[in-house]
Amino acid sequence: MHSIAGEDYFITPAAEKRITELASRYQNEPEQLMNILLDIQKETANSFPRSVAALVSRVTGIPEAKLYGFVSFYSMFSTKPRGRYVVRMCHSAPCHVCGAQGVMEAISKTLGIKPGETTRDGRFTLEYCQCLGVCENAPAIMVNETVYRNLTPGRAATLMEDYQRGDMKEC
Amino acid sequence: MLSETRIVLRNLGRIDPVSVQDYQKQGGYGPLRKALSMKTEEVIAEMKRSGLRGRGGAGFPVWKKWSFTASAQSGQKYVICNADEGEPGTNKDRVILSGDPNSVFEGMAIAAYAVGADRGFLYLRREYPYVAPILDQALENARAEGCLGKNILGSSFSFDIEVISGGGAYVCGEETALIESIEGRRGEPRFKPPYPGVSGLYGRPTVVNNVETLANVPVILQRGGEWFSGIGVPNCTGTKVFTLCGNITQKGVFEYPMGTNLRDIYETHGGVKDNFDLRGFMLGGQSGNLINAGQMDLSMDIDSCQQAESVLGTGTIMVIDDRNDILDIVQNIMSFFIEESCGKCTPCREGNIRILEILRRISGGEGRMEDLTLLEDLAGMMNVACLCGLGQNSSVAVITSLHNFREVYVKAIERGRRA
Repeated sequence: MHSIAGEDYFITPAAEKRITELASRYQNEPEQLMNILLDIQKETANSFPRSVAALVSRVTGIPEAKLYGFVSFYSMFSTKPRGRYVVRMCHSAPCHVCGAQGVMEAISKTLGIKPGETTRDGRFTLEYCQCLGVCENAPAIMVNETVYRNLTPGRAATLMEDYQRGDMKEC
Repeated sequence: MLSETRIVLRNLGRIDPVSVQDYQKQGGYGPLRKALSMKTEEVIAEMKRSGLRGRGGAGFPVWKKWSFTASAQSGQKYVICNADEGEPGTNKDRVILSGDPNSVFEGMAIAAYAVGADRGFLYLRREYPYVAPILDQALENARAEGCLGKNILGSSFSFDIEVISGGGAYVCGEETALIESIEGRRGEPRFKPPYPGVSGLYGRPTVVNNVETLANVPVILQRGGEWFSGIGVPNCTGTKVFTLCGNITQKGVFEYPMGTNLRDIYETHGGVKDNFDLRGFMLGGQSGNLINAGQMDLSMDIDSCQQAESVLGTGTIMVIDDRNDILDIVQNIMSFFIEESCGKCTPCREGNIRILEILRRISGGEGRMEDLTLLEDLAGMMNVACLCGLGQNSSVAVITSLHNFREVYVKAIERGRRA
């Protein structure tokens, strides 16, 4: 279980060990930073809060401010804790003209949260995102790293219910 | 009815994407072998004869980019494949990379040989995490076969490729922002000059080419630049891989010669769905333009599109039917640019927000006729004052919709006045 409490993220000793391991892969090769930080984020409630940045900073020697500047720039990172499943609805024009809004409403209703919110049980975060690059199969969403294509409001609601029941393998 | 001319998509669906043997059976890595037997200047001359221009949107001649880097003096040079395909309405690069990654690797290796680079990076957007394992496996197989790595194909030339992940930022499709991102920083575009060809990754001469551009390269080496230049139209040779999306019957990725008529593409793929009427097109992605249904007799090549106040860009053809409101689409597009502006330069950071405010005012019935001039002024200012292509082109949809769908704006303003 991820502990989601308040604005920050409490690092368990096990998580600390894992983050330290991952961060130690950084050997002053800047081109590796993105991949390393993305891997770390998977360990920490799909987010990169300040406590994690501080720890990574101690291990890598990269200033905390620089890490914050980095993760706050890229949409794949979040400085606020997110749910175990991050549901991202494409907000770009090709999905928009193919009925994305209806799909978003169905997901929002099924999960009981609005875009930008996380369910109370910490399982789902709902977000708008920009183009997922599956325009030929619009409208589309991404749940963690899995893309779902050609959605209708009905199919999207069913899919969310499958996740809620735990029928979907964690991805 | 059109039929496709497949150069870039030559192996799609015909080979196992990760199998280097399959790729070789189709003639793959023969062009690289041929290049390695040529002088580097001859390789660049072949590219010049082909007339190949960049397929990422800007259309810069490939041979010129390569020759800048080739003539730059440096002990370390790089080749970067720009696979940060962020332009909404474009997913051709994903299709190429997941269907035939070796064609892109081979293009990178030929570029590297021509300019004297030994290290390559493929910057893959984070929205495609499922493509990464395909690339990793294909790279491993290509290395095992001696097509990449040390002493390629038994020659003295060495070159290897690493896959780097993006972080979900549209602006990183701009080559200097992409380089900043690989260097472990926020993806904010650099001032140019110097151009990456001379001073790119870690300050070293760097070639940055799009996925589709690179996939063309082996075929040009194999069949000759002259053969390639016979396809398409003068000054814009070869094919273009188009992404058809929106309200068209047959969506997907299709390859046609440069200069193919938009109407023919539209009709070949079944027109709008479900007996609705065609309202218009968004061409070239969200940084591209909106044209109305009456403007579809358009030659789809870089120069003709430009002359028609249009843009070929990445080859997006998004069809819009009459269920959609153009003002609503333009607002959607501006929200995108507000979200994706990196914030480095003021005209872009502020301008996009102000444009959306005006658009909301108009569609909310509070608009004035003067707003239309204000929109044109603001967009025109951003076009000249913004640092990079994102800001310079973010309001193209506003400008072109003002020209091609003016009645929509006027009606909304008049409706507001009467209310």
